[in-house]
Amino acid sequence: MLKIKNLEAGYGKLRVLKRISLHVNPGEIVTLIGANGAGKTTLLAAITGLIRATAGEIVLKGDNIERLKAEEIVFRGCSLVPEGRQVFATMSVRENLVLGGYVQHRQGKAKMQEEIEYIYDLFPVLRERRNQLAGTLSGGEQQMLAMGRALMAKPALIMLDEPSTGLAPLIVKNIFQIITRLREAGNTVLLIEQNAKAALRVADRGYVLETGKIILQGASEDLLANRDVQRAYLGRDVKEN
Amino acid sequence: MTLELFSQYLLAGVTYGIIYAIVGIGFNIIYNTTGIINFAQGEFVMLGGMIAISMHQWLPLPLAIVAAVLLVMLIGALVEILFIRWLDRPSVLRMIIITIGISILVREAALHIWGEGVRSLPYFVGNEITTVRIMGARVSPQVLWVIGVCTVMVLALSLFFKYTLQGKKMQACAANRVAATLCGISTKNMVTLSFMLSAGIGALAGCVMSPITYSQYDIGTGLAIKGFTVAILGGLGSSMAAVAAGLLLGLIESFSVSVVPLAFQDAISISLLLAILFLRPHGLFGNKDAADLKEF
Repeated sequence: MLKIKNLEAGYGKLRVLKRISLHVNPGEIVTLIGANGAGKTTLLAAITGLIRATAGEIVLKGDNIERLKAEEIVFRGCSLVPEGRQVFATMSVRENLVLGGYVQHRQGKAKMQEEIEYIYDLFPVLRERRNQLAGTLSGGEQQMLAMGRALMAKPALIMLDEPSTGLAPLIVKNIFQIITRLREAGNTVLLIEQNAKAALRVADRGYVLETGKIILQGASEDLLANRDVQRAYLGRDVKEN
Repeated sequence: MTLELFSQYLLAGVTYGIIYAIVGIGFNIIYNTTGIINFAQGEFVMLGGMIAISMHQWLPLPLAIVAAVLLVMLIGALVEILFIRWLDRPSVLRMIIITIGISILVREAALHIWGEGVRSLPYFVGNEITTVRIMGARVSPQVLWVIGVCTVMVLALSLFFKYTLQGKKMQACAANRVAATLCGISTKNMVTLSFMLSAGIGALAGCVMSPITYSQYDIGTGLAIKGFTVAILGGLGSSMAAVAAGLLLGLIESFSVSVVPLAFQDAISISLLLAILFLRPHGLFGNKDAADLKEF
């Protein structure tokens, strides 16, 4: 689905990502964990075309996308749920979803309504709030709206940037349940998280990013059991084990 | 003040007010999608009137107006494509200087093409001395044309933003540019579209007002100042607030004539602009918190 080879990117002279390689297979949940400043968000910005890769390749469904414009990449089937939700605050919940479905708008109005109903079924709270302005929603509801908006594009690959940040534990649990349901529905997910434990529990595989390099990768169970990962990301002291 | 005089001032105020509102809305449309103030906005109004007058030599009036509006929209798009589109994240100051430069360029070009002469389109109905009586006041039917056309434009624009996908895409750019890009919306095309749209409404306003206010190569600057005052007065970014602010400014100007000499009319709107910038920079109807988040 997604294959990244020796990707390098950064801001100005600052090289944030150093020869990153990773891949995501169809139907998988892959998580990328790492501390603040490791380069997680930069990697997503490079994949979505918000910043230009300075070297390396990004291949989506067999096509190179590293030279495409950000809006074209969305049309190719890769959607990002950005950090901090970034909903259209001054527009209603329904309008946010309609805009999310913009890349599919040629399918017609009936199809659009069908998709919106699907999102409402996935996130019932959005149906209740459909005419409310997005800016008036709670943090958890905005996260759900941001996910719903990205799903409206029917992406082959959906990428989530820190969906749990700043949310109450109960809501975080809910969000992760929905991510699992997305895989059941056939979606492919790339999940970026600081909450490593929760992320590894839902993911099939994981990568650990540190100062712009991938230092570890493997099946989620293996990473959960790995002592270095435990010490650095799961908040468990080595002596306890 | 007699009722006749009151109605006379009232209608004059509404007429000018709605023209200011249209210029103010033009500012807002571009501000919303780009975050910049396009100081060439008044030039679009001037071009609308001037081109329609030239076209009217060959075409019947309605066609001349349609052609002028389309041509000015094209000019708006060209201005954006030539001067703004290729800039990579320009600073607000740079954009302001560019738009002021464009306005000078357009004005000088107009001076060369049409000269200094004062021109005007013919009255749409009747002539200079035709009047209709409204609430005791005697006004030219052209006043009704101005009020009618501008009102229809305001309504059409709000319907456009509320119900069409293009309108929603433009709104999305205003609300959150990065998120709009992530929805697959080309923000650059939306910026071009916003220039075309505000050029178009400016040009149409320029045509309907031409018979009563006349067209000349340098009317753009004055209109831009009034329109800017209105946009700031209402709170940048909100079109309905610009209409309210436009009517307010128009009425203040027209009623002020009964108290102070006519020559002070422009001074009044500029003092109002200064007062607003000092006291309520987020506008009469704007939200302070929202204004604090804006870069300009």
